Amino acid sequence: MGPHADKQRWGARVVVLVPYLWLALFFLAPFVIVLKISLSQAALAQPPYLPVLDLAAGWAGLKEFVAQLSADSFRLLASDTIYLLSYFKSLEVAAVSTAILVLIGYPVAYGITRTPRAWQPLLVMAIILPFWTSFLIRVYAWINILQRDGLLNDVIMRLHVIDAPVAWLSSDTAIYIGMVYSYLPFMVLPLYATLEKVDESLLEAAADLGCPRWKTFWLVTFPLSLPGLAAGALLSFIPIIGEFVIPDLLGGSETLMIGQTLWTEFFSNRDWPVASAIAIALLMLLLVPILFYERLQQRSLEGKR
Amino acid sequence: MADDGEAAQKRAASEKPLLVRFDAVGKRFGPIAAIDALTLEIAQGEFFALLGPSGCGKTTLLRLLAGFERPSEGKILLDGEDIAAVPPHRRPVNMMFQSYALFPHLTVEGNIAFGLRQENVSRADIAERVAEMLTLTRLQGFGGRRIDQLSGGQRQRVALARSLIKRPRVLLLDEPLAALDKKLRAETQFELMELQRKLGTTFVIVTHDQEEAMIVADRIAVMDRGRLMQVAPPAEIYERPNSRWVADFIGEVTLVEGRMAAGTIIGTALGQLRVADIGVAKAGDPVWLALRPEKISMSTERPNGERNAIAGTVFEIGYRGDMSIYKVRLADRSLMKVALANMSARGTGRVAVDDLVWLSWPPDAGVVLTG
Amino acid sequence: MQRGASHFNIASVALGLAFLYLPIGILVIFSFNASRLVTIWGGWSLTWYRELLHDDAVLQAAWISLRVAALSATAATILGTLAAVVLARMGRFRGRLLFSGMIYAPLVMPEVITGLSLLLLFVAFNVDRGFWTIVIAHTTLTMCFVTVIVQSRLVDFDRDLEEAAMDLGCPPFKTFLTITLPLIAPAIAAGWMLAFSLSLDDLVIASFTTGPGATTLPIRIYSEVRMGVKPEINAVCTIMIAVVALGTIAASLMVKRGVVRRERAALGAQV
Repeated sequence: MGPHADKQRWGARVVVLVPYLWLALFFLAPFVIVLKISLSQAALAQPPYLPVLDLAAGWAGLKEFVAQLSADSFRLLASDTIYLLSYFKSLEVAAVSTAILVLIGYPVAYGITRTPRAWQPLLVMAIILPFWTSFLIRVYAWINILQRDGLLNDVIMRLHVIDAPVAWLSSDTAIYIGMVYSYLPFMVLPLYATLEKVDESLLEAAADLGCPRWKTFWLVTFPLSLPGLAAGALLSFIPIIGEFVIPDLLGGSETLMIGQTLWTEFFSNRDWPVASAIAIALLMLLLVPILFYERLQQRSLEGKR
Repeated sequence: MADDGEAAQKRAASEKPLLVRFDAVGKRFGPIAAIDALTLEIAQGEFFALLGPSGCGKTTLLRLLAGFERPSEGKILLDGEDIAAVPPHRRPVNMMFQSYALFPHLTVEGNIAFGLRQENVSRADIAERVAEMLTLTRLQGFGGRRIDQLSGGQRQRVALARSLIKRPRVLLLDEPLAALDKKLRAETQFELMELQRKLGTTFVIVTHDQEEAMIVADRIAVMDRGRLMQVAPPAEIYERPNSRWVADFIGEVTLVEGRMAAGTIIGTALGQLRVADIGVAKAGDPVWLALRPEKISMSTERPNGERNAIAGTVFEIGYRGDMSIYKVRLADRSLMKVALANMSARGTGRVAVDDLVWLSWPPDAGVVLTG
Repeated sequence: MQRGASHFNIASVALGLAFLYLPIGILVIFSFNASRLVTIWGGWSLTWYRELLHDDAVLQAAWISLRVAALSATAATILGTLAAVVLARMGRFRGRLLFSGMIYAPLVMPEVITGLSLLLLFVAFNVDRGFWTIVIAHTTLTMCFVTVIVQSRLVDFDRDLEEAAMDLGCPPFKTFLTITLPLIAPAIAAGWMLAFSLSLDDLVIASFTTGPGATTLPIRIYSEVRMGVKPEINAVCTIMIAVVALGTIAASLMVKRGVVRRERAALGAQV
């Protein structure tokens, strides 16, 4: 083998270790800390929680640390209905938004694959471009349109559809519009990528065997697009559950989504343990869909290699 | 040349009823004419081959028949009716794709039954016919397998089964054996022939492999740049090519240039050569004598008698196992190809490079070509 | 044969694009509106842009955002490309499953969770929050997006080119630098741009991990927006849109020209 091969192997190790360690430190490790904080108690101190792990105190310090841990925050979550309602609200909004995204996103993605090849990259760019302008800006743009004295009311009043301005903002409708608007590229892109790969000869074979166009779509194209559809759905559903900005700016104050609840607990109530508990519970809730998404990605990675 | 083609077609077609007729069909892609004013007849029950170099239009012709392309001019008649406007899913024509185009999300059974499910065939009938197909293509027991679990040869048979189950009037095969190795290809060629004989279905195969076309086909259409060069049974194309192009395209050949003299003599740089049939050539015409390498004998002494004989030096020997191809340099610096079976186990036997040899052939061994 | 787009197909795409661009278009137009109100058109005017120039807070925030975005995008691109190489080129190794899990999880993880967890990490280690904690946070989040883009390009990359180079005597690492990297440069550039935009745009994570003196533009905009629609915000948003749009176009033109030049060079190097 010799020194050259060893050098190569060390080089490979460095390449793996650098991103690995970064992610382990800044992505994985923090979750452990969140778990720990969720088991702590709020305190008027800096940092605002107890107990604080003092490694200098040695084994005794550790024992005292564990003794002071409590599941109070979790008990609070389970007992106070406001939290449960937030979780349900989030699930509801995510489910409905994802459904709307599929209904709107699929025709758009499919439509792009039917246009001439030369246009497709441009159209895909056109879908992505708004995404690269500020998320906040785009939500803000909808405020412009949906507010009481905003454009939508102005237009439909001028068309005499209604007499008095409707409160579009501060409603679930506004939230749905905002969600669909912001997550549309996440649905369209993976779906387009999968649809685009469907081999043309498969479509010809289906036609040759007796399928008119709609049947070819339903029996061949659609089943083959399911992985892309699943990816798009998960890329929308999971983050939407934890969304904060959209419900905060466009929604009303009746029911909060879980992202808002977490934000409030943290910034307004300064209750770090409860906020952490909310985060842990949310993570548990999302574990299954996240693992499902991971499986999907692994399978497509294997397929390519 | 066109007349010769039509006549030959009519001769063959009169034995079997006509099924497909391409009537002055043309197909343009932008400024390029892939097919140019082509007229062709295919009889029922024939195993017909479209043969030619890449870009000759053979695949385009196949796709026109399948319905994936529409002709720019002309008519395509199936059983006497113009089908140019009929979409592919309504034509009684099925195709076996070069890439097989098997549906990855369906099992073997799902793929084969797919075509029948688009018709109003009962579940029981579908099951029966699928079982029949599986037996016919030697895939019994494979019904539940997924496509990615199959070997190349097995996939090819699934593709075949899928395209035959609807009992089409014409089965189109687009380079079906291209992906198989030599041995499997040879076996499958005979299987295809047997299948075609058994079913009586008209097969139209596109291939660039001459040997394959000659083995399987009842008639071959040789194409070049969108035009038909010759349409005839394999033996006729090989032994009686109608042009230098066809003679050169099929198999090995030596073309000797000369001028038609009186009677059956051609004057060439190698001397006066005697031929048996001068075809359409007239005295004084420039002609070419096409000689197939297996028709020429090689000896160390000058042969007697009616045979044409010329001397030469062995330039190169290509050993092929069953036979050897000798390239012999003649007096006028040209090369003549001679194919001899390796009769003894000692390889090329007694002849070696740079040896002086005599090449001879009977007057009826060559074909006189005027174009 | 199947290339024909039906009316429905064209309508879907057109409506989809209209839906996406309409609000932005309105926002841009009304940034030039002389009147304060959205419903009254007061004529074309640059008032709000002028007001913007005097708004130090907003300008400061924009400057901070740009610096954070540039730094984190660059770091994310380096780390993300390394991770992509690992996923695409290295076979099975111990911990690969965990590694790819860590790459794909941030893509779907709600930002409130990642923001909170990073903040708690910084607090636990007594790190002062401010400019650099935001940079670290953004790097961590956006590197995963870079990985996904670069990895998918690497997988499609023609390995024959690498093998040809090695056959001609080029060691693997050098092959990667001189052959592979230049040819996947567009994907890396796209990754950088995406990381830059995500960072510029992020509100939630920045809010959690920020500190005194490190107010980013989204944080600033958010606090203003909570108090109602202000036309200056329209103006700053329009500027941001213009910057991103021009940047994207410039980048794609540059990349296209660069790719052609490099591909010619790469081919030349092998001849």
